[in-house]
Formats: sequence, structure tokens, C-alpha cells
Amino acid sequence: MRERSIRSNRRQKFFDCLTSEDVNISELRKLAWAGIPVDLRPLAWQLLLGYLPLPASLRAATLARKRSEYLSMVELAFAPGRESLDQQIWHQIEIDVPRTRPGVRLWMHAATQRSLERVLYVWAIRHPASGYVQGINDLATPFFQVFLSAYIDSDPENFDPSVLPKDTLDAIEADSFWCLSRLLDGIQDNYIFAQPGIVRSVKRMAELVARIDAPLHAHFTSQNVEFMQFAFRWMNCLLMREISVQNTVRMWDTYLAEGPDAFSQFHLYVCSAFLVRWSEKLRQMDFQGIIMFLQSLPTQDWGDHEVELLLSEAFVLNSIWHNAQSHFGAAK
Amino acid sequence: MAEGSNYDYLFKVVLIGDSGVGKSNLLSRFTRNEFNLESKSTIGVEFATRSINVDGKTVKAQIWDTAGQERYRAITSAYYRGAVGALLVYDIAKHATYVNVTRWLKELRDHADTNIVIMLVGNKSDLKHLRAVPTDEAKTFASENGLSFIETSALDASNVESAFQTILTDIYRIVSAKSLESSTSNIEPPKESISVGITQDTKQQQGKTCC
Repeated sequence: MRERSIRSNRRQKFFDCLTSEDVNISELRKLAWAGIPVDLRPLAWQLLLGYLPLPASLRAATLARKRSEYLSMVELAFAPGRESLDQQIWHQIEIDVPRTRPGVRLWMHAATQRSLERVLYVWAIRHPASGYVQGINDLATPFFQVFLSAYIDSDPENFDPSVLPKDTLDAIEADSFWCLSRLLDGIQDNYIFAQPGIVRSVKRMAELVARIDAPLHAHFTSQNVEFMQFAFRWMNCLLMREISVQNTVRMWDTYLAEGPDAFSQFHLYVCSAFLVRWSEKLRQMDFQGIIMFLQSLPTQDWGDHEVELLLSEAFVLNSIWHNAQSHFGAAK
Repeated sequence: MAEGSNYDYLFKVVLIGDSGVGKSNLLSRFTRNEFNLESKSTIGVEFATRSINVDGKTVKAQIWDTAGQERYRAITSAYYRGAVGALLVYDIAKHATYVNVTRWLKELRDHADTNIVIMLVGNKSDLKHLRAVPTDEAKTFASENGLSFIETSALDASNVESAFQTILTDIYRIVSAKSLESSTSNIEPPKESISVGITQDTKQQQGKTCC
């Protein structure tokens, strides 16, 4: 009973915050950190990402402009025909789109796959230093699902978007494109040549784990386990290969509330907390056991509770260590 | 976990080749007898092992499956170090993946040990009606370049067992011959005379699997 009233009270606060004439972004951040109600998420994400302007009066015009801008980019890229596409980029996208969230109905529908192809291709040609890199396809999916949910009553994962009016599908696609772009702006170094952003994050994660869980770090060293062998994927796909999309969506509420750096900075603390969580088990394992375990972690049953626990652990790590980076290296 | 310690030889093998040729499914077919039509792309590297019997010895293969996309090359090529075998995979139904074999060979020359045993693998042999690379052409290419050759299908499981068995046996023959050689030489420390870092790797791992 009490829990329900807390929840409805929180919901009301959210609602008030989002419907005010000029959204107070710091209040929205504060609220979003603890998770955003499903129906308010599409709007909240777009505001937090800076895709939508905070004053309500400006939004309709901005949206219309952004959506038509995206449509003309698509037109420009695809109108001359397949032969004039960048073949290398297109080839990789064509291979990866059918194996994005395989087995989930929404992503097996042709309409969704064509949308995803366009989003990825347009992003790639506008970012030639990285182009399309495998894993970026995964990162596009939460946006598409969340924005789709604003227009339908059923579960997005079972939905065939081809039944939507063209305008609606175009809007979902355009919004997904712009929001994905915003997210990737903060982690571009992850996808350029030699992937220095990931190399740096993995190194810092190893240094942090040496400080917060010395026995685990020592065990890894004794077993010749290198952080790159498992944490590379954790950075490249933002843990999307380790936890469900539902978990990811909840996690991104907090990342977006943390601010633009969260997908590189805060994520590092989340990954460290995530690893240390399994410390006791891992310390009993040999090289092979460790690598195999980390490749298929038992997170299938994870709900909001587990994700929130992880986020609060990361928050604590972040507050202790973030301003103490100079101490990192001294650990070894 | 203890299962890991019962072996006579430990060989590190890498799976390389273009994106989408079926590397991950070859690996899952060999190590778990599984095939997944809906598998996701490999990010960075993935790892699996299986032990087989060669000449009465237990040979354990530690296999690193790598991402095929060019962008990952800088990361994945680090895994070539210490590898004694490489399965270089192309798709018999996609000619471009066969053309790129030359580039992959160069990758190996640049980053792997010079004595690495390489097997050229034409995968997806079940796609007979879509064949774009003639068997004879690939066979000739392989023998000209000193590679062994086989066509496989991870989907219907044909020749997968045989591919791994063959390359592991080839490696075993080389290694056991070298160990013999080195045991008769008293001057050189064994590590030096055995190429491709096999013994070193084996010893390291064996010493550590007793937990």
C-alpha cells in the first residue's frame, strides 16, 4: 500500500516535471536517475539527450525540422540506387541487420530491418572516422523500441511496425537516429581505428578493480586472464550482450540522468561493479572457467531490482574514485 | 573446471575470416555440437575449448573465435600471438570472402608466429546451389600456399569434426617431433628450441589448473 503511494507520488512528480512549460532539467535528471515510468520514457529520454528543447513551445517545430532533415539525408543517400552506396559499409550492415536481436519478432519484421538499415547507414556515412562498427546495431534497438512504445498499446517486441502509418514509422526512425547519434557522440573513440576509447576504458577498469577487489585482480593475474578478453565487449556494446534489453533500458534512464559522459565514464564503474559482483565465484575458477563464465553470465532472470542494485554500487564507486583517478595507477 | 587439467597438450587455435562466413557456428558445432541460424555477430573475441584424442594423447584445443569486421583487426590480431593453428574460413557461396583469404594470410604473416599451421576452410558446403568458389580452385590455392584444405558445413555438421581433428593432428605431429628433437639436445633450453611457444603455453596453463 505504502509502496504504491510512493510510486504514484513519484509518477505525479514526473508528470508535473515533464508537463511544465519549461522543463527543469536538473529536476528531471534527479527523478530519472531512479528510473522513468514506461509511458513517460520516450519524452524524458528525448529531453535528457537534448534532442528535444526544454521549453514546450519550441518542441513541435524542432521535431518537425529534425524529422524532415533526417528524411532528406535518407533520400540523399538512397535515391541514387544501391550501386552508389558505400559498398563496404552497406555490406557489413546487410550482414548484421538480420542478426540484430535475432528471434525477437519486432526485429525479424522487414519494416523494422529496413528502418535499422537506414539509421545505421546514414549514421555511418556521416561519421567516416568510424563508419559502421558491429555492435552499434545493438545500441540502436532500445531507442527504436522505446519510441515505438509511445504509439502502441501492445508489447513493442511482438509488434509489426508495417501496420503503422508511414508518417509514424518515419518519426520513430528519425527520432531513433538522432538519439542514437547523441549517444554515440560521447563514445566515438570506441569505434575509430584501433578503438582507443575501449582500450582506455578497459585499462582504467582493470586499475579500478585492482583497488576495489585486490584478490580478484590478483587471481586474474595468476590465471593470465586479461581484462581485454572479456571487458572489450562490455564497452563495445555497453553490456547489451550481457543483460536484456529491458535491463538496458532501465540502465539508460540512469545513464541519461548522469549526463553526456555517462556512456564512457559512469559505464566504467558499472562494469567494475558488475564484475566484482561475481568475485567469489570467479576466484574459484581457472582461466578457462573464468572466460567461459564471463561469456555467458547468469543474468537471464535480472529485473529492475538487480539493475538498480548495480547502478547504486556504481554510483558509490563513482563518488569515491572519480576524483581520485591519479591514485588508479599506483595500485599495482 | 577440473576437467581442464586432464590433457597432454594444449594448443591455442584462432578462427579467422570475413564477417558472416560462419566462424562462430563452426566453433559451436565442434565444441558443443550446436548450430544457431540466429546467432549474433561476434564482438572482439570469444573463447571455447574441446579435447580430442590423437595417438592416444589428449590434445586440448583452446580456440579463439574472432570478429570478422576490419575495425576489430587491431584488437583481434593480439590473439594471434602464441597461436599454433589458424582456421581461415571463407563462405563457398560468397566469392568475395574467398578473395579476401589473401588479406587474411597477410594478417597472419604480420602478426602470428611464422610456424603457425594454417587450414583453409570453405564453409557452408550445404549451399550447393549457390556455390561461387569451385572446390578445385580453392584446393589448388591452398596447396600453392602451403595450407591444408577442407570444405565444411557447420549447419549439417559435415567435415567439422574432421577439420579440427586434422589441424590438431598436424600441430601435434610438428610439436611432438620438435619435443623429441629438443629432448636430445642438451645445450639449448627446451623453450628455445620449440617454436610457436607451445610448451611454454602448456606449462603455464597446466601449472594453474589445479584449483
